[in-house]
Amino acid sequence: MKKKIVCMLLAGGQGSRLGVLTSSMAKPAVPFGGKFRIIDFPLSNCVNSDIDTVGVLTQYRPLALNAYLGTGQHWDLDRSNGGVFVLPPYMTESTGRWYSGTANAIWQNREFVDQYDPDYVLILSGDHIYKMDYTKMLRFHVSHEAAATIAVLKVPMEEAHRFGIMNTDDDGNIVSFEEKPKQPKSNNASMGIYIFDWSKLRDYMQRDDADPNSENDFGKNIIPAMLNAGERMVAYPFEGYWKDVGTIQSLWEANMDLLGEKPVLDLNDPAWRIYTRNPVMPPHYTGKNADVKNSLVTEGCVVRGAVTHTVLFCGSSVDEGSTVTDSVIFPLAEIGQNCTVEKAIIGEGAVIGDNVQIGVPPRDGETVDNRLTGDIALIGNDVVVPAGAVIPRGAVVTSKTLDQFVNGGAQA
Amino acid sequence: MNQQAFGLIFTGEANPFMRDLTLSRAVGALPFGGRYRCIDFVLSNLVNTGIRNVGLIVQKNYHSLMDHLGTGKEWDLNRKRDGLFILPPYSTKDNTGLYRGDTDAFHSVMQYIRRSSQRYLILCGSHTVFNTTFDAILEQHIATGADITLMYNEDPRFFPEEQNRDLRLLFGDDGMTVESLEWNPRNPRSNFRSCEVTVIDKDLFEDLVEESYSRGSVDFVRDVLLQQVKNLKIMGWRYDGYVARIDSVNTYFMHSMELLDAPEAQDLYSMAHPIYTKVKDEISSKYGETARVRNAVMADGCLIDGTVENSILFRGVTVERGAVVKNSILMQGVTVRSGASLDHVILDKNVTVNGGRQLTGYDGIPLVFRKNLTV
Repeated sequence: MKKKIVCMLLAGGQGSRLGVLTSSMAKPAVPFGGKFRIIDFPLSNCVNSDIDTVGVLTQYRPLALNAYLGTGQHWDLDRSNGGVFVLPPYMTESTGRWYSGTANAIWQNREFVDQYDPDYVLILSGDHIYKMDYTKMLRFHVSHEAAATIAVLKVPMEEAHRFGIMNTDDDGNIVSFEEKPKQPKSNNASMGIYIFDWSKLRDYMQRDDADPNSENDFGKNIIPAMLNAGERMVAYPFEGYWKDVGTIQSLWEANMDLLGEKPVLDLNDPAWRIYTRNPVMPPHYTGKNADVKNSLVTEGCVVRGAVTHTVLFCGSSVDEGSTVTDSVIFPLAEIGQNCTVEKAIIGEGAVIGDNVQIGVPPRDGETVDNRLTGDIALIGNDVVVPAGAVIPRGAVVTSKTLDQFVNGGAQA
Repeated sequence: MNQQAFGLIFTGEANPFMRDLTLSRAVGALPFGGRYRCIDFVLSNLVNTGIRNVGLIVQKNYHSLMDHLGTGKEWDLNRKRDGLFILPPYSTKDNTGLYRGDTDAFHSVMQYIRRSSQRYLILCGSHTVFNTTFDAILEQHIATGADITLMYNEDPRFFPEEQNRDLRLLFGDDGMTVESLEWNPRNPRSNFRSCEVTVIDKDLFEDLVEESYSRGSVDFVRDVLLQQVKNLKIMGWRYDGYVARIDSVNTYFMHSMELLDAPEAQDLYSMAHPIYTKVKDEISSKYGETARVRNAVMADGCLIDGTVENSILFRGVTVERGAVVKNSILMQGVTVRSGASLDHVILDKNVTVNGGRQLTGYDGIPLVFRKNLTV
């Protein structure tokens, strides 16, 4: 049956800058904000914007994502007409290949989109945290009679070089596009949110697919091609919270943005709920000697220690005598007794033994590989940290690197 | 998947000892344990046993139950084959639409019972709360060839002034065969109390109900079990886990507080058998800079800036800075404003307590404020 608009969600990659957090799942399935996974945000935005047909494009561990999304019932996307679909690459009689780029992923699934004969297609990335009403953007797209509309956010000029920058004329028409420019001409950063006329996009993707030199990427190929051809392309200005959580630093920051009296990102919004797969756990328990301040705590948590400025995810626990500050404790992670945890991300299901120190200054002469983490200590998913371990700030702990932090770093 | 048994939950009974808490809802719909309704436990117990056919007899005040259960999808009971059947009363020539007792209700849903393809019926009440599966009682029922198996536990606590459907079992020498039964006794001879779970062959159940009904009897326990205890082989199945009987405001308060302090009460929260409930998509609870929380069970969506001790907070409760909540139960959507102070209080859904109010009940006599009040 015909749909006005269909969403294609690029859940893409392994998210290698998130390192050990994505060793068993794709980036969109990384936990966020106590109860959620990153992908809950674009999905909930769709549902709240009355978009009921979503294709999720992934080629990395589709099983985990598939299991998470299920029938889509948790997002109210279990529809008889439409719904949510995981679309991994597939073989046909003649060919079959990995998605070579973002545009190629859509191109390979054109038959999925064609089923709904949509007028418009909304393209999203799966690694951004924001609340946005796409119907407003669609109205903007229609009223400007554009072939493509790209959502942009004003970023500080000094950070503009990290983004794709849309240069516009006074009427909001995009005149040029630069990916991560050294000398940015404006600070209109692309949010990776596009609305296209489906028939137009289909034509450009077809031509792009025929070009053996193309990287089949929206930013690098499709958008420049449409600009060169003189298509009407407009920038849709968005105001509000938006964060790319593709790095350990930004993932930690975005979680911290939920805290405080007036949080930068306020999810306590009955008109714009973020939906998620419910973990089916009892209410949380705060113990007789606990002291919890300026933190988020959710179902299944058991807090017996002191927790300050921290996000605890479902089923995590902090035992007696432990102090946790400025940290992100992922689902089912357990922190033992008398531990100190400062500015850390503790992975899903990690078990921290008693008397462990995490996030302390490195000892004299100790070097820490913190290229991915900066000053955030990161404990990988399911890692069991034995009692008494000392983990300096910025360190990444996996079952492979664990030994150097145990027994005073005894040369194991 | 358990293809041998189906479940039937009776939620019709009225209970004056619940006072304002059941003014607008059936006991089954009473919020309990921070994020559940009483009915969630028995329903989840059935589902966790693998039972996929559950009938639910509702009578009065069942809107909140219907709203809570929906299509049964949270319990995975939105099935094409079997699933959840909500059975409200309806008027026919031999049914006035209001049940005079449970036998009366069973008679009017006989069509559902006949149509169920499973051989054994697990008949449950809705105000006895525990967390287990029925695999063992079914197994025992089949192995012993009993006509009826009653689930019971040992519970020495007795509140003579608040008796409501109190069924006690007395055993013969084998310790399993029920010799006689006590019904709302004044001086009980037994501490073995029924958990409101009866396993019975479906065919026998049909016969007993229809026979009793044709004689004009309306109460299954009084007119069938008590009458037939010598003629039928009635066995007991002992449950040693935690059982909360929500029979009165006092027992409701007592069992709620046990969730905070009694290790055995943690059975109810065992993740071995998850308890399913309607999901509200609340965000995490938020503790502010001035929050001081000790010994509390708290659901999601709460905003805490004040002091909370020894209390149970349901979803979306707000405790403002400077407010003090002790030994209390705050249901969904309650707001306690700055400067208010509560001790031994039960606030029903969406109650607001304004600043400066001091509400104090006593152990055994909690104050109850009904739904939507502003104090």
